[in-house]
Amino acid sequence: MTELALTLRERPRLSAVARRLVWVLVGFAVYCALILLYGKNPLAALHDTFTNTLGSTYGFEQVVIKMIPLVLTAMAVAVPARIGLVNVGGEGQLFLGGLCATGAAITFTSLPAWVLLPLMSLFAIIGGGALAAVAGWLRARGWLSEVFSTVLFNYIAILAVSVLVFGPWRDPTSSNYPQTRLFVPAAQIPHIGSSQVDITVFVAIAVVIAFDLVLRRTRWGLEMRAIGANPQAAARNGVPVRRYIVACMFVGGALAGLAGMDQVAGLQLRLNTGISSGFGYLGFLISWLSGHNPRLIVPMSFLLALLAAGGDVLQITQSLPYALVNVMSAVLLIIVLFGRSAGVRSVS
Amino acid sequence: MTTALPGPPDARTDEIPLAARGIVKRFGRVLALDRADFELRPGVHVLLGENGAGKSTLVKILYGRVNADEGEIFLRGAPVEIRTPADARRLGIGLVFQDFSLIPALTVAENVALFLPELSRLLRRTQIEGRISELCQHLGIDVDPTVRVGTLSVPEQQRVEIIRVLLGGARILIFDEPTSALPPHETDAFFEIFRRLRDDGYPIVFITHKLREVFALGDHVTVMRRGTVIDTLPIELATEQRLVELMFGQAELATRTSEVGVRSGGAPVLELAGVTTTGPGRRLVDIDLSVSAGELVGVAGVSGNGQRELGDVILGAARLARGKRVLFGRDASRWTVRQIREGGVGFIGENALGMELIWSMTLEENLALGSLSRFSRAGGMSIDWPAVQEHFEQAFSELGLKPPDRNARASTLSGGNLQRFVIARELARRPKLIVALDPARGLDVRSANIVRRLLAKARNEGAGVLLISQDLAELSELCDRIVVLHEGGIVADVAPDETDAYQLGRFMSGAESSA
Repeated sequence: MTELALTLRERPRLSAVARRLVWVLVGFAVYCALILLYGKNPLAALHDTFTNTLGSTYGFEQVVIKMIPLVLTAMAVAVPARIGLVNVGGEGQLFLGGLCATGAAITFTSLPAWVLLPLMSLFAIIGGGALAAVAGWLRARGWLSEVFSTVLFNYIAILAVSVLVFGPWRDPTSSNYPQTRLFVPAAQIPHIGSSQVDITVFVAIAVVIAFDLVLRRTRWGLEMRAIGANPQAAARNGVPVRRYIVACMFVGGALAGLAGMDQVAGLQLRLNTGISSGFGYLGFLISWLSGHNPRLIVPMSFLLALLAAGGDVLQITQSLPYALVNVMSAVLLIIVLFGRSAGVRSVS
Repeated sequence: MTTALPGPPDARTDEIPLAARGIVKRFGRVLALDRADFELRPGVHVLLGENGAGKSTLVKILYGRVNADEGEIFLRGAPVEIRTPADARRLGIGLVFQDFSLIPALTVAENVALFLPELSRLLRRTQIEGRISELCQHLGIDVDPTVRVGTLSVPEQQRVEIIRVLLGGARILIFDEPTSALPPHETDAFFEIFRRLRDDGYPIVFITHKLREVFALGDHVTVMRRGTVIDTLPIELATEQRLVELMFGQAELATRTSEVGVRSGGAPVLELAGVTTTGPGRRLVDIDLSVSAGELVGVAGVSGNGQRELGDVILGAARLARGKRVLFGRDASRWTVRQIREGGVGFIGENALGMELIWSMTLEENLALGSLSRFSRAGGMSIDWPAVQEHFEQAFSELGLKPPDRNARASTLSGGNLQRFVIARELARRPKLIVALDPARGLDVRSANIVRRLLAKARNEGAGVLLISQDLAELSELCDRIVVLHEGGIVADVAPDETDAYQLGRFMSGAESSA
């Protein structure tokens, strides 16, 4: 009987790649329609976007700079998603990672860079990871769904940053602007050659490759895939499901935390409340667009980074609001999640 | 005759109530039905065949749950189109499912109301309850229409299911393995209802793979094999030998092998002392149970009296609220599933695909998943797939079974093949204790006998076996000792040759207790 039910479910459908291409095209169409609604010419806007991003070295570097946090926050969603968890807390984990890295940077100012930067990374990993792991622990105990806890933790983490930059960590010399002092040079992430891109880009690449290998080659990957497909059966085969829930959330949060560290120590060189332009949420979109597949996360991050960098450009060249990018990504997310979260596909 | 019944068809005896001709159905590459012809005869018409013969697919097509690729359906001689269950019900065809489709949170009357074709917007509860009572009286059964279905036992739920189908206007009844969910002493009561419906003139299709039921109830029997209808016989012409030949073709009859066991004497491999659980499902109460090496202990009981929970407690999937779990002489009360499995426990669950295997993974991956500590290398950095493959072939060849394609996804295997895979996987781990829940349930005669032989063999080679089963014949044939579970507690501990089905039935229903 089961055999029959399963066979019946196998309906012919668009291949995964074709489906994603359709999503991306729909996203672009929505974006163009929004620009049109705003009374501007979408073709001119797209022209400006491409010439000012892919058309110049400076523009291309801007895209790569945006890709770094996007890849990391997308991985922060993808790792827990592989065992069926929904981490909506990338934004908060990014903020807490940035906060903890800053804590190290402004405390141990006399350390040399080769000690201080790894130390800051460790703080960022623990900060972002712990926030997510608490959500995982609540879920593993069966007390609270990680969907709710991660969303709510976002407010806590972002407001915690506000408290610190408005209060104890505020730079007294920066008139009224709530931010910390500029980091000492040892706490600044080095750039590649003379470019604006910092070396966190290598970390992001390594994370993607490592996750792909873990999933395909290792015992942990097999166990994660088993939990993702049928947690009950996995548990009965001896897979420690609860431990995986906490561990995968920790790893996800740690990666978002590293994205936060990149923002404070590679870009802003200080902590303020503007360290993320919604990277946590864009990362969520990218992960779902990519089916939580690390190999697809890189090109999808590139596309979204292109649009985000383009959004900055269009504010100047076409006086279009950056919010259009956010509206477009929200619409795209709804399309991607369509039919998935309505319980239609739940295991029978 | 009252108005409660929509009234059975006043069929002229020469008319065929329902017929299917040349039905073809493919599921992907699998040909489930190959030009099947079926003519329903008046009375009880048994559809007999081993697992995967196409019985269920055929009736699902008659009920509109599955649509045929080719072929025609005739209702009283006229061609009809049945695309959905709603079509079938409109035409008066009712199907009583194997797994009931009742809603536990609603009352009996509400469940029936949902199924009525002429349900008015305003529910007239008393009217519906009245019709249910009237029908119950007619069938000689006792069901309270005001209670919630979730509080009813399995046999009671089955009666509700029948009432629902009858009040829903069915004139032709199809029963898909109705007795598979019933404890042995309940089947007689069920047969009584069945006979009354037949006497009322309902044509009945009755699917089964149990020969005993064919002779107890059938007027006609149609045998299916590998998607085609082999033959239809009136019951007077059917003999057991003949039916088995038709079911299996070249009369490859299974031999019941039951070598006498070593009979305990070994050290205990499992000891439960005062085990009590909380948690969802049936709570276990103060269970004392021990299984020794070389001993096969059976657990009898009516489904839902704690069988699943007992298995889960031994596997470590359920926690102990009180009591002790001792495995192989060591206190394992707080061991995890992984520790218990690696300690030497093999587990054959009641629902392989849903509970024990990952259906989207290949058989090879599922095999590795069950013994990961054995196959992972460099602390988990990699998995030794060549070793897994070797182990895979060995697991099957040791049992004298043909290994399936190790790269096939678990979801593509039939129920019998999956069960065999689970058993091969678990036995190949050389467990010192095997826990098996209804391992032969739903399997055809041949596969069931293979499974039983394998369990007996493991016992003879020194493993302790705990066989939790609904099948009293299986238990009394294989076991050295039988305990009976009732409402989460053990009410009897007997030797099979000192008891009989009648006494076990009384233990199982709680009418008697020896422990």
